[in-house]
Amino acid sequence: MAEEMRILMRNYGKIDPLNIDDYINAGGYKGLEKARAMSQKDLIAEVQKSGLRGRGGAGFNAGMKWGFSYNTPADQKYVVCNADEGEPGTYKDRLIMENDPQSVLEGMAVCGYAIGSNKGYIYCRGEYPYVVEKLNTAIEQAKAKGVLGDFDIEVRMGAGAYVCGEESALIESIEGHRGEPRFKPPFPPVTGLWGKPTIVNNVETFANIPLILEKGADWFAGIGAKSYPGTKLMTLTGDVANRTFIEVPTDTTIRQVIFDFGGGIPGGKKFKAVQIGGTSGGFIPESLLDTAIDFDSMGAIGATLGSGAVFVMDESRDVVDVINQITKFFEHESCGKCSPCREGTKRMHEMVKYIYSGRGTAADLDLLERLGTVMSKACLCGLGQAAPSPVLTTLQHFKADYTAKFN
Amino acid sequence: MADYKEIVGAYKEVPGGLIEAYHALQREFNYIPEEAVEEAAQIFDIPKAKAYGVATFYSYFKVGKRGKYIIRICESAPCHIAGAAQVVSALEKELGIKMGETTADGLFTLEFTECVGQCQATPVITINSKPYEDLTPDKINAILAEYK
Ligand SMILES: Cc1cc2nc3c(=O)[nH]c(=O)nc-3n(C[C@H](O)[C@H](O)[C@H](O)COP(=O)(O)O)c2cc1C
Ligand code: SF4
Ligand code: FES
Repeated sequence: MAEEMRILMRNYGKIDPLNIDDYINAGGYKGLEKARAMSQKDLIAEVQKSGLRGRGGAGFNAGMKWGFSYNTPADQKYVVCNADEGEPGTYKDRLIMENDPQSVLEGMAVCGYAIGSNKGYIYCRGEYPYVVEKLNTAIEQAKAKGVLGDFDIEVRMGAGAYVCGEESALIESIEGHRGEPRFKPPFPPVTGLWGKPTIVNNVETFANIPLILEKGADWFAGIGAKSYPGTKLMTLTGDVANRTFIEVPTDTTIRQVIFDFGGGIPGGKKFKAVQIGGTSGGFIPESLLDTAIDFDSMGAIGATLGSGAVFVMDESRDVVDVINQITKFFEHESCGKCSPCREGTKRMHEMVKYIYSGRGTAADLDLLERLGTVMSKACLCGLGQAAPSPVLTTLQHFKADYTAKFN
Repeated sequence: MADYKEIVGAYKEVPGGLIEAYHALQREFNYIPEEAVEEAAQIFDIPKAKAYGVATFYSYFKVGKRGKYIIRICESAPCHIAGAAQVVSALEKELGIKMGETTADGLFTLEFTECVGQCQATPVITINSKPYEDLTPDKINAILAEYK
């Protein structure tokens, strides 16, 4: 049986998360110290060399992103930690922040030094007021200890909008506006918060940073899949025996995740489908379970790693019922800024509802597919672009569930 | 009763403070009083339409009265297949209101929400953001009793 590899979660259950001395005694803040002894250029090169790619879904090389901000002269720059964690089925950032908040602060401070910023924000979703409290305690302790130097961190709370996980919408929200995504380019590393160069990275991305510095880029680059090295925190939900989190190297396969770590399907039932990456992820059938979870392998089968949520469905589940719920989600969460998504998510849910109620025909499935294809190309931001993915992948792999609805 | 002006005014100098001010109002009242939105427009020197636009964009903000305890039921896919609909029925029956409504005594409001990040133990509801996990209809009574 495959083994878990706890890098990010090395302190899980071992330290008191609200006692900074525990973190420091476990080797905490050594990474930051090491970073500050390096030149900014060397530091960014080291992070880039580690191959660490964003854990928030887009998979962009973190060091390379930092380089864009470093290379943009400005009187003020910002570091933003994306703790919006809106993808249904995802709770990994909460686990990191609740169990090892200092590792996130340390990662942010390293980024601050690298790009030349003295101000960080953590944008934490409104659903987690109890996490906000812990973060504030952790920040107070870090300030009192002086470990952050002149780097200041402030927590801002979201208010229940999924789209605010999108980095430019998140920036709008911190600025006090409606959380509507911006037109890009320019991208946030060059023109972000209040028009200043801004690095937005996911909680898990930042939490990886301290250990990369402590143990070196080569060490990290050697773990898991070559093109997306390191470990990934996965959260298991749905019809799986162990509904829990796991941290595994990125060359672990989906089958291992569900059956070795997840303990398989409960109640003696058979596997039917898994949706990885949250509600915007593709559905994966049995025949593709031997795919590795890394970003590129998942992309190659038309799926996504995304946030690392693993939502398992057994043979008793009706795919159309689940898709009905998912298309409702996107209709509700569309911010309305662009028409392909504002109209598209509404019509998509309407069509799925229609099919679900037994009134659909084969022609409706064709229309649904056409609408989905248009949306994935024409929508302004990732919300509308990814919204059709569950529909399109289920039409591809689970069409029988749809046709079974026809009267 | 706390003064809107005072609550909102405390965030006037905070960059992007409008949303922080709304959070503060909700901590005090559980909702955003209509007059407070207009007050915020003045204090932040923005058009009223914009102050309303922000307040109504976010599903956690509510302009206008609602109950003291806001019960949110997660209807995202993992909670859905775990039986969220039965929990909804049980809550509606027990409180005698439909989703989106507030009990006559002003104590409880029922709202749908999307994933609240506790999906290791579906289905999930929250009461004023405190999660209750692995719910079944027969657990509802005991939970509500904590708040009555
Ligand atoms: C609709 C939408 C929602 C998103 N939600 C999140 C989120 O909750 N958390 C997150 O880290 N990234 C989210 N992202 C990705 C961010 O836009 C961005 O790519 C990420 O924060 C960059 O950090 P990373 O490079 O460390 O992954 C979302 C993107 C879209 C389009
Ligand atoms: S794709 Fe949807 S969420 Fe994104 S900007 Fe357009 S309307 Fe808003
Ligand atoms: S899906 Fe309901 S709490 Fe996450």
